[in-house]
Amino acid sequence: MQEQKLREQREKKFQDQQLLEVEGLKTYFYMEGGRVAKAVDGVDFTIKKGETLALVGESGSGKSITSLSIMRLIQSPPGKIVEGSIKLDGKDLLKLSDKEMRKVRGNDIGMIFQEPMTSLNPVFTIGNQISETLIKHKKMSKKEANRRAVDLLKLVGFPRAEQIVNEYPHQLSGGMRQRVMIAIAMSCDPKLLIADEPTTALDVTIQAQILDLMVEMKEKFESSILLITHDLGVVAEVADRVIVMYGGQIVEEASVYELFTNTKHPYTVGLLNSIPKLEGELERLESIPGTVPPAHRFPKGCRFAPRCKHAMEKCHESNPDLLETAPYHKVRCYLFEE
Amino acid sequence: MSEREKLLEVKHLKKYFPVKGGMLQRTVGHVKAVDDVSFEVYKGETLGIVGESGSGKSTLGRTVLRLLDPTEGEIVFEGMDLATLKNRKLRPYRKDMQMVFQDPFASLNPRMSVGEIIEEPMIVQKMLNKKQRMEKVVDLLGKVGLPAEARSKYPHEFSGGQRQRIGIARALTMNPKFVIGDEPVSALDVSVQSQVLNLMEDLQEEFHLTYLFIAHDLSVVKHISDRVGVMYLGRLAEIGPKNKIYDNPLHPYTQALLSAVPVPDVERKREKIHLKGELPSPANPPAGCSFHTRCPEAHERCRLERPELIHQGEGQYVACHLYTTEK
Repeated sequence: MQEQKLREQREKKFQDQQLLEVEGLKTYFYMEGGRVAKAVDGVDFTIKKGETLALVGESGSGKSITSLSIMRLIQSPPGKIVEGSIKLDGKDLLKLSDKEMRKVRGNDIGMIFQEPMTSLNPVFTIGNQISETLIKHKKMSKKEANRRAVDLLKLVGFPRAEQIVNEYPHQLSGGMRQRVMIAIAMSCDPKLLIADEPTTALDVTIQAQILDLMVEMKEKFESSILLITHDLGVVAEVADRVIVMYGGQIVEEASVYELFTNTKHPYTVGLLNSIPKLEGELERLESIPGTVPPAHRFPKGCRFAPRCKHAMEKCHESNPDLLETAPYHKVRCYLFEE
Repeated sequence: MSEREKLLEVKHLKKYFPVKGGMLQRTVGHVKAVDDVSFEVYKGETLGIVGESGSGKSTLGRTVLRLLDPTEGEIVFEGMDLATLKNRKLRPYRKDMQMVFQDPFASLNPRMSVGEIIEEPMIVQKMLNKKQRMEKVVDLLGKVGLPAEARSKYPHEFSGGQRQRIGIARALTMNPKFVIGDEPVSALDVSVQSQVLNLMEDLQEEFHLTYLFIAHDLSVVKHISDRVGVMYLGRLAEIGPKNKIYDNPLHPYTQALLSAVPVPDVERKREKIHLKGELPSPANPPAGCSFHTRCPEAHERCRLERPELIHQGEGQYVACHLYTTEK
């Protein structure tokens, strides 16, 4: 009895401690000819301390633009964050000056990108690139930073870290480069790690190593992860909670267990059914007809309606709201509205 | 097994790329991209080839099609060895073997209309007259699920999935018997990927096609294939019927590969086999069994002696010393 109370208390505490709160985020791109691409169109979500949140969607769903908006890395023009707030530990990132924002990046937020080759500078040594962050953000001396760089490389699993610091990115394989990226991202002990398709360019055996490493680092540094991916297998493996995006909006949000066992939105259902299964036998894959609509030409009404087999008349007329239809399970679909 | 008719038989195929070095650019070594691979493809089946990057699976596909000249070995297609045929003699066989490429953005000429892209192979092979060719283009567009108007548009007007349909239509113009797909769906989103996989299955049935399907995605390969071959560093580690490979993998590499795939299922957590390290360079593969540097079960013999593919029953072949008895 008392134990249960304690657990409830702990859970409540866990829920209160929001690390990142995104509210009403809208990021638009102003294109030639007066067209407006509403890449992110009204997105709200939160990440708790110590939580791994996965943002899932196909290309064109707005998942990457959401993460770039959080880091304020949207190129302007043509892009602009037109509305909303992004609070990290209560501090609104959208109100910071460029200089203050540079302190947040790298220090409070670490980033890993998909392409480990293009995110490392080819003309500097690995050690150089890790210590650069430490010298800038942690005000370490060169010597201290170098020592710390070796430690970090050991931490991400390089047995011969002392040599690696003197090597250049081209001397490393894709998986090793991604390890270096993780070392750089974790170097300043960030509160939030944003990983945008961190394993998409890697082979499966290497992918497994990198995913394990990310989870291990998260626990060691007590940070939260925002994982952007199109791979639902990766989501099932590492995420605590999942957000599914379509057409610049959230269409479903739930805990990872709930999402996979009690899938609601027709788009999420279609996505799960169109993946070939490793276990069991399937005669024919289900597929979603058509393609993701371009961000400057969303249909009126529900954005998924033209591809949805359950679409009703009102789906083509107005866009449903994202509603909590079960505890901690939100869906944007008229099928689940009372 | 033997009653089935062989369409293609690849025997001891090797493809080495020279590594140049030094001031005089002399050949200092070889990348053994494909190193002594043998397999058969039966009429009407789909043989899947899986492997990680650097395993030589794409080079294998290109060499079988003679887009690359083999270093050694035989490619016997319907009883004829294509490995040594010269260009002119090879041309009639080219009709029968076609390819669908990975990148739907790079494999279609941006300056040609879709109609011209699909028509071009017929012009090269001097088939039909202009009017008949146009009819065939429209017919093929219909078969791959695109409207007839598509023929006057250009590739950039289409999405990735639609472009891949155009690539498939182009491959089918010659009524080929054998189609090689080199990662044909890996650049596509999942919902579109399943459309293209379903299309490929429908076309296989309609035109009695035989596929060699090369991909890194184990779930996709399982879905479309009848038999599967697993490649590691230019060699086949294991090959056999799909159900044997996926339900009862024998080679430690196949086992590790299968266990590493993230599965979209939260109710079943599978035990993972962790492989140490990374794929060694194919320019300098380890002696003995090329997998021994990462193999959890490696023993002395694996470092010294290269295992051959040995039949383990029901069409499953494996190249591993765990399943051979010492001579």
